[in-house]
Amino acid sequence: MQSAVIVFPASNCDRDAATALEKVTGRKPLMVWHAETTLPKVDFVVIPGGFSYGDYLRSGAIAARSPIVRDIIKKAENGLPVAGFCNGFQILTEAGLLPGALMRNKGLRFICRPQKLHITNGDTMFTRAYKNTSEVTYPIAHFDGNYYADDDTLKELRKSGRIVFKYIDNPNGSLNDIAGICNAAGNVLGMMPHPERAVDPLHGGTDGIDLFKSILEAVR
Amino acid sequence: MKAIIHIGLKPGVLDPQGRTIARSLAHMGFEGVTKARQGKTIELDISFDDATTAKLEVEKMCKQLLANTVIEDYQIEIVE
Repeated sequence: MQSAVIVFPASNCDRDAATALEKVTGRKPLMVWHAETTLPKVDFVVIPGGFSYGDYLRSGAIAARSPIVRDIIKKAENGLPVAGFCNGFQILTEAGLLPGALMRNKGLRFICRPQKLHITNGDTMFTRAYKNTSEVTYPIAHFDGNYYADDDTLKELRKSGRIVFKYIDNPNGSLNDIAGICNAAGNVLGMMPHPERAVDPLHGGTDGIDLFKSILEAVR
Repeated sequence: MKAIIHIGLKPGVLDPQGRTIARSLAHMGFEGVTKARQGKTIELDISFDDATTAKLEVEKMCKQLLANTVIEDYQIEIVE
């Protein structure tokens, strides 16, 4: 599987994502700069965490309008698997690939800690390898992780199984405890927690590995 | 010509920053504040033939970038 990691000014989890992808897939991902207009031919794209463009205007707002994201939108709509972690999730909602918005944490504090999550849909291309567990711990590190969507959108997400991860003990005020969702076609995932930062015992846990294994199995 | 754009959270969207501002004002002894909502103002220097065209263009800018209409409302003021 050939993957790519998009790099924006002030991305800071791009190398974590690259390390996790190389560890699981055995191939170095391509690092693609945000000013590129065309994505190389790849099987999977990660939009990494960080503070792209300094979180100016709104988290993810400027990155979502960058040249490379225009091409990602086109390819994601044609089925290319894409995952956005943390700032990547904010970018995906700002780009309109995922519904809703990420607002300031309810407690008005930046939260950085290991976070327990329920896998609420184990039958997605991002979660199928989690065979014997529905509870995982990934780190979270965000100021704007408070998921908001209107009632109709929330209802639709619940009904169609598109809520993929939920917080256990909601840290940020997200509606319905939402930590991660996917699009209707199931090929775009956005989540605030960081699976790419839970792939090595030195990270404090390896619960993130199976997420990347799931994708590897799905695109093989 | 200038466009002054006021962007704020839609009614019904929780605004913890606004709530904290209102609480702080109360702690400081200011009475009579029942609610605060926080937003932002963006000022653009613009050059268009007339205010109507300007407003239409700025409206597009708001929808495509300046506001996130999932959570925010905006008001445009064109000043000649």
